[in-house]
Amino acid sequence: MAMLSGAQILIESLVREGAEAVFGYPGGVTLPIYDVLYSHPLRHVLVRHEQNAAFAAQGYARATGKAGVCMATSGPGATNLTTGLVDALMDSIPVVAITGQVPQALIGRDAFQEADTFGISRSATKHNYLVKDIGELSQTVHEAFHIAVSGRPGPVLVDVTKDVLLSNADYSDEQEMEPLRGYRLTDDPDPEAIERAVEFLWRAERPYIYAGGGVISSSASAELVRFSELLEAPLAHTVMGLGAMPTEHPNFISMLGMHGSYAANMGVTECDALIGLGVRFDDRVTGRLDKFAPGAKVLHVDIDPAEINKNRRADLGLVGDAKPVLRLLNERLAETRTTLGRERREARLAWMEHVRAMKRDHPYLYEESAEEIKPQALMRKLDQISGGEAIVTVDVGQHQMWAAQHLRFNHPRLWQSSSGLGAMGFGLPAAMGAKFACPDKTVIAIVGDGGFMMSLPELGTIAANRLPVKIVVMNNNTLGMVRQWQQLFYDKRYSEVDVASFPDASLLAAAFGIAGGSVTDPADLDDALAHAFDEPGPYLLNVQVTPEECVYPMVPSGGAVNEMILQPEPEAAEAVAGD
Amino acid sequence: MQQLISLLVENKPGALMRVAGVLTSRGYNIESLTVAKTVDPTLSIMTIVAEVGEDGRDLLIKQISRLVNVIKAVDLTDSRAVRRELVLIKIYVEEERRPALLTEVEIFRARVVDASPKAYTIEATGSPDKLNALIALLRSYGPIEMVRSGAMAMARAKQNKLPVPSYTEAALSEG
Repeated sequence: MAMLSGAQILIESLVREGAEAVFGYPGGVTLPIYDVLYSHPLRHVLVRHEQNAAFAAQGYARATGKAGVCMATSGPGATNLTTGLVDALMDSIPVVAITGQVPQALIGRDAFQEADTFGISRSATKHNYLVKDIGELSQTVHEAFHIAVSGRPGPVLVDVTKDVLLSNADYSDEQEMEPLRGYRLTDDPDPEAIERAVEFLWRAERPYIYAGGGVISSSASAELVRFSELLEAPLAHTVMGLGAMPTEHPNFISMLGMHGSYAANMGVTECDALIGLGVRFDDRVTGRLDKFAPGAKVLHVDIDPAEINKNRRADLGLVGDAKPVLRLLNERLAETRTTLGRERREARLAWMEHVRAMKRDHPYLYEESAEEIKPQALMRKLDQISGGEAIVTVDVGQHQMWAAQHLRFNHPRLWQSSSGLGAMGFGLPAAMGAKFACPDKTVIAIVGDGGFMMSLPELGTIAANRLPVKIVVMNNNTLGMVRQWQQLFYDKRYSEVDVASFPDASLLAAAFGIAGGSVTDPADLDDALAHAFDEPGPYLLNVQVTPEECVYPMVPSGGAVNEMILQPEPEAAEAVAGD
Repeated sequence: MQQLISLLVENKPGALMRVAGVLTSRGYNIESLTVAKTVDPTLSIMTIVAEVGEDGRDLLIKQISRLVNVIKAVDLTDSRAVRRELVLIKIYVEEERRPALLTEVEIFRARVVDASPKAYTIEATGSPDKLNALIALLRSYGPIEMVRSGAMAMARAKQNKLPVPSYTEAALSEG
């Protein structure tokens, strides 16, 4: 036992829980914490805006599976974190956020930089705390990490009053932690449920796997691949799932949903058994829900009981963590393989061949150009550079969808996208967090010109830390996805989407003391990319692409996924406009 | 339709806000909500009545159940449960009508808990239906003021019982 201040206990507790880096921004009430950090080995990364601390913590978490840690002061510091926390909640990413709160004596008196952080963050987190007693601080930090990473992961916020940070108490890192009474993790499904699932799986003639972020959270990639191979079933990924099965695996079809491939969406429409693994039947995947997998029975595996039957009623629901569930299923599938009759086996092989043929016949299409850099061509080039091995973070919009369509991922945890919340400004700070987590990996932030401007201040963090992140701005001088919707569904009335007047990238980069450049001619693209990736430090590359280009295929909002717009055509404007 | 939810929750700051938040973020209006400590003072039982569509009920229970502070939540809407509510009614009634009023109050097993020259205050407990009937009757006597507690419910079916220690168990563990 040693007598430590609250601020010291906080930092020691973070270290005890395995924190390697804290992304943060100091302020008035967190001064005691920063005074401890001044001489503490725990690494603190000073970001330029608190929102980006939360995104960077996510970048770290998405790359490692461990909880990312961010820190902000009371009031505006805490409110600025909120978007990043909601984003982590939507995508089930483990983040622990530490915020300072005004001293207890001032709470509720509209003190300087006071905000009701506990109240504001309630719906932005999986769980949150307000610590007013130094005796509870260490246990609370322990609980926060446990809740963030276990079960369905998510963000947890710990708000600590300044008087707690300044007071003193005994601390020992061997202190026993009390279990949580109301927080129970789901058990593995019982053998009976597994048998029912195995029976369900063998009964199908046209099985189809739809796998998402839950498989990645569960580190169940190997089990997923084995499952697909045992079943000889084609597999599509959600945006969150990309990388769970290697892109080049013969059973992998593509991403499905609003901008998924023809084969992925037709496969889900035609299958007779849909196996959802760590997915939530999100509206961007299902389109019109009653036309989604209309002839299929559904087996839904998810760690969160509240996901089963939420959007699509499951004929069979298995509550559990993807990894153990898939292990149990694989074991039984391997043992019972012979029960699949010859006839059904042939039907299934024909089905697999049919889906693969659709994939071959309907690749993602675009017109090549010698005059302009096509955004899809840029993604293909980046894919060649990555070879399926780089960490790729994206923002939100057209570039995000083109990247999802055209880049390969050989492993999980390489692809980072604000998928559920769709928060612009995510890509660049997430890349910072990923680079801190995986310094030996190539990290590419592919961002649009809109989202880049939202995360612009973080060039300061990248420069200050000489963080060798490659920032590729897919610049079409417009808020492309909004423009696409205005083009297709709002009679080309382009309202407030013109974000031209993008700064000169080499001057902008130079102003921050990093390297940068621009490219507009397709003939120069290879050289420009080679230059950017050869540069040992960070690089900002602005790539001017065709401005009027739409992402296809596209399922109009509220439409059925098999009613995709495959290519630009004027009739498309008649389609339903929705949210 | 009105859903009746009973839940056991850790008696911690913010627990009520979290549970209410699940309902309000979905736009459900809370008709009534009661909460108080159990035999074990670190736990509370809440009874909630809310306007929830038939197809939202199961999801709502699951979403409340996954809150970190919630130990168990059950849907008592269609199950056997004892439901009671308390109401206090102040009624302004002239002296000559008081004997009749007292007879009616007796029928409902309600009682007068305060009296003044101008008014009686009446306390009644019972099912919400019974109290509605009483209120309708009393209104025929004159203007009333009232405060209702909202419903409390206790499951009768075993599978819906909340895992609260009984008095004897609590006494044993303390001893």
